[in-house]
Amino acid sequence: MGRARLDRRPPQTAPTPGGFRGALLLVERATKETLWDCRMCGQCILHSTGLSCPMRCPKSLRNGPCGGVLQDGSCEVVPEMRCVWVEAWEGSRRLPLWRHHMEHVERPTDWRLQETSSWENLLTRRDHHVPDGWVRAKRRA
Amino acid sequence: MTEPRSGLHRLLLAGEFVVTAELETTDSADPASVTVPAEGLRGKVDAVNCTDNSSAHTHIAPMATAHLLLDSGVEPVMQFACRDRNRLALQADLLGAAALGVRNVLLMTGDDVSTGDHPEAKPIYDIDSIHLLRIARIMRDEGRYLSGRPLTQAPSFLVGAVENPFAPPLEFRPMRLGKKVEAGAEFIQTQICFNLEKMRLFMARCGDLGLLDHVWLLAGVFVPRSGRAARYLRDQVPGIDVPDAVIDRMDAGSPEAQRRAGIDIALEVLDAVRQIPGVSGVHLMAIRNEDAILTVVEEAGLLPRPSGVRQPVA
Repeated sequence: MGRARLDRRPPQTAPTPGGFRGALLLVERATKETLWDCRMCGQCILHSTGLSCPMRCPKSLRNGPCGGVLQDGSCEVVPEMRCVWVEAWEGSRRLPLWRHHMEHVERPTDWRLQETSSWENLLTRRDHHVPDGWVRAKRRA
Repeated sequence: MTEPRSGLHRLLLAGEFVVTAELETTDSADPASVTVPAEGLRGKVDAVNCTDNSSAHTHIAPMATAHLLLDSGVEPVMQFACRDRNRLALQADLLGAAALGVRNVLLMTGDDVSTGDHPEAKPIYDIDSIHLLRIARIMRDEGRYLSGRPLTQAPSFLVGAVENPFAPPLEFRPMRLGKKVEAGAEFIQTQICFNLEKMRLFMARCGDLGLLDHVWLLAGVFVPRSGRAARYLRDQVPGIDVPDAVIDRMDAGSPEAQRRAGIDIALEVLDAVRQIPGVSGVHLMAIRNEDAILTVVEEAGLLPRPSGVRQPVA
């Protein structure tokens, strides 16, 4: 599949996907929300975060826990909840693959992709859009 | 040979054991609320942190504090939290701070609004601290914004980050520090250290990962004023590990005895972290106890400071 042109409209203003795209979105949402409480960021890194969805973090952190994790491992914002990143760390140790992904520097979130299908974005490479400055810095690092 | 980007950088490059302190933030429009305490710290510490709506409570803008510090002849470490600004505003402020003469920046995620005085506010968190670290390095080293658009003149600052070796998941914390170093952190100020065992384990693991050759680490040392202050830290500030032994010692005796106990505890922590390989300095913090910071610096034998005579950095 070729590189699709990036739709710059946020999903709220773009037409609701129909047909195959609509079905894909429906299936992804149904399975991932049930299994992992997925938040449909449209740029999935679940396999890199021990199958703990980082968008459940109230601070939307995609690179690890903040410094406010309580001593018992619960979230500072929602104390009833275990820190998403404590679960990510434990989950990553149980995974046979991708454990070292916890050490990867993840790129900034593309908020245009909210509520879109990460599967579609993967296939169309829409989720490969990285700001030019980031690409340059990564090349140097 | 690396050219120093700031006075703090020069001292770190020279292998000095550096001392930074946190300036008590102000809710006053009077510039003297910054310059008077700054006078007290001048020459006693190497750089002074200006916090960014600390504990998610609204205070004076760190950009203004940093500017007033520079006017007072004190080198600022300007803090940037991702809580209140998106990537456009953060980059605008990084560039603006550099134009005002700020040469040390400290980039962090920030406490959540739910713990502050405006819990109903919309938290931003467009990017996280690791993204912001790399963005600061893109601006400095590539001379561009994150978008790739070129800057007319790139900023020059020493890029700092924070880490909390005392909060779960403890095994991941050194790796997270590694991510920050990879993203561009050149110095680290840690969360408040009371638990020396955790600190030693963290530093040993950072050493194993080979991080300590690439980053200067300043241990956070708090000077509690009273048993109440120590309890406040433990119960109200998320992510701080205050052992019961500290609370017990702080609870004993008169207010004056408690104040002295706080200074003694800070001195003990300071002496202990100084012995840990890889610790390049300390960052001193207090709440309504700023005089005690000066007492600690003096009694720890850290005076006179090599930065006492301020040299301008190009």
